[in-house]
Amino acid sequence: MAKQVIAAVVVVLLMAAAAYAAFFVAPTERSMGLIQRIFYLHVPSAWTAFTAFFICFIANLQYVFRRQPRWDWLGVSSAEVGLAFTTVVLVTGPIWAHPVWGIWWTWDARLTSTFVLWLLYVSYLLLRTLIEEPDRRALLSALFGIFAFIDVPLVYGSIRWWRTQHPQPVILGAPGSGLHPAMRAVLFFCWIAMLGLMALLLRQRYQLEALRAEFDIVRRESEAR
Amino acid sequence: MSLLSNTSALLGKELRTEFRSRELLTTTVVFILMVIVLFSFTFDPSSAESRRFGPGLLWLAFLFAASLMLQPCFLREQTNDTLSALRLSVEDPFAIFLAKLIANTLFLLLTEFLLLPIFSVLYNVPVLPVLGWLIFVLFLGSLGVSIAGTALSAISAQARVRELLLPLLLLLLLTPVLVASTEVTKALLDPSPYVEWKGIGFLAVFDLVFLTALWLFGEYLLEE
Amino acid sequence: MTPPASPSTGIRFENIDKRYGGLYALRQVSLEISAGECVALAGRNGSGKTTLLRIAARLVRPSAGSLTFPSTHQSGEPGRLQSGFVAHATMVYDELTAEENLTLFARLQGTTEVQTRVDTLLRDVGLSDRRSSLVRTFSRGMRQRVAIARALLQEPSVLLLDEPATGLDPHGAAWLAGTLRRLCDAGCTILMSVHGESEISSLATRGIRLDSGRVVADTKAGASLQSILTFADA
Repeated sequence: MAKQVIAAVVVVLLMAAAAYAAFFVAPTERSMGLIQRIFYLHVPSAWTAFTAFFICFIANLQYVFRRQPRWDWLGVSSAEVGLAFTTVVLVTGPIWAHPVWGIWWTWDARLTSTFVLWLLYVSYLLLRTLIEEPDRRALLSALFGIFAFIDVPLVYGSIRWWRTQHPQPVILGAPGSGLHPAMRAVLFFCWIAMLGLMALLLRQRYQLEALRAEFDIVRRESEAR
Repeated sequence: MSLLSNTSALLGKELRTEFRSRELLTTTVVFILMVIVLFSFTFDPSSAESRRFGPGLLWLAFLFAASLMLQPCFLREQTNDTLSALRLSVEDPFAIFLAKLIANTLFLLLTEFLLLPIFSVLYNVPVLPVLGWLIFVLFLGSLGVSIAGTALSAISAQARVRELLLPLLLLLLLTPVLVASTEVTKALLDPSPYVEWKGIGFLAVFDLVFLTALWLFGEYLLEE
Repeated sequence: MTPPASPSTGIRFENIDKRYGGLYALRQVSLEISAGECVALAGRNGSGKTTLLRIAARLVRPSAGSLTFPSTHQSGEPGRLQSGFVAHATMVYDELTAEENLTLFARLQGTTEVQTRVDTLLRDVGLSDRRSSLVRTFSRGMRQRVAIARALLQEPSVLLLDEPATGLDPHGAAWLAGTLRRLCDAGCTILMSVHGESEISSLATRGIRLDSGRVVADTKAGASLQSILTFADA
């Protein structure tokens, strides 16, 4: 219990330090000004989301081959946490875009792919609510999770290629646009802090799922009588 | 008893069943026709506009139709629990998937061949000059739809609200197919047509990746 | 009825557990069924009969324990084809004819001389004159005959039946009893779940009762067949 409190405190401190760095340490961007600092929330969220979805993929594979419930718990937890971070990406994108370019949304490659990614994992969670039996639910959602994950590079690749056919304003900085070293340092620091937050949320959600599973067994046993 | 002989025996069954009643095929054809007509009300169907929007709406129509057509794929194996009979009889469960996805691809292609000339006439888009390439794209795209659709049909058959679930899951997963197929088709229907090799590459990769995934994980989809 | 191919195959369940999301459908079930035994499996609904049969048919994987088919006639891996399975669902296609159904499954299972085998089976179950009719047009009794024909395609030495008499009229039930008796006499090992006393359950040479996933009574351990069967629906 004490370990968990310490971990939570560490994460809070890290996040606070990251926020400080994003606002005061990173140099101001030339053309966009203050609003550009949302970049330090937007990009690490995307990286963290992807890390969470990768964990989900591994958990899905493990469940299919080992059939231990804890992999299912890890799968749903990491999917939910990943979805939360993806939502941050989708929300901060327009918040950044509007003051700078005057439009709320642009169908640029990364935002669009992120949107599809978001929908895929929403579907993963939706699928789970539509299957009653716990073992079936775990297996079928794990299989869908695997299909969804291997689809992601294909989605991203095809949308990026499509966008080269129909160019749009690239709002998040084209790949290859140089980053000032101080900016890069702050960016990575924010990512580390966010990974800490992800780990914390994952652990909490995992434990909640474990409890739920236990409760579910007791409930079903009493119903069976 | 080999994969090939099992697949061909099952394929025969799938084809025989569908051609006996033809209910799935006829309904799908009429559905796509209906979508094509409805779409004409949503933009000005001049020749230039049709070339811009036509390929997209055509593929969208195919995808929607497929997501409905694929519903019974594994559902009909539930009525008399024939799926258990198949699982007991075949050595490699992949044969079940292979037969179904080949059958589904054929059905999709059949409806597409019927509707392509109709689309061409209604929207004044000439398809004959590029017919060979068009058929090739239709084949690669329909194959991708079938592979993903057959796999997901096995999943949705075991869930509630499957009539909405299957289209939802399938259409999301098929995003790369929609994007690539539309681009390649658009390029072929251009006034100066060309072959969009990157798009064809995407389709081929998609088909290969998902066929492999189905081969690796298919038996788990059928578990009880 | 043609005798089974390898006439001495039993069924061995060792410490079989089956869990569905934490709930036990079967708990530490260990049974040794000798070759040629005709076993009636009794128990309330939900006692685990169907689960046990589907595990024996290798349709369901046990959560723990092992299943083997000890055979004095070692003919390689005792795979799925050595046993025949008849469930309450017919497991045949309504949209195909009786002959098409049997031909399909015979081909899938790698039967040699498919046509001959199908003809023989159709004759044995008395459906030769209805071979070209769609199964959809059949009565419940006739569908059951197709189901049994399908199960017997590979001349199995083990036959598993899950409440095979459900929905059968007295004529159909009598036919089934006769068929099972002939198979039993020919040395086929039979494991079937039953409800109460009937023409079918009276064929049994052994009775086993399940309750809440456990074996609670066995004629081998001294209980009477009648007591096992009549407690089934208590």
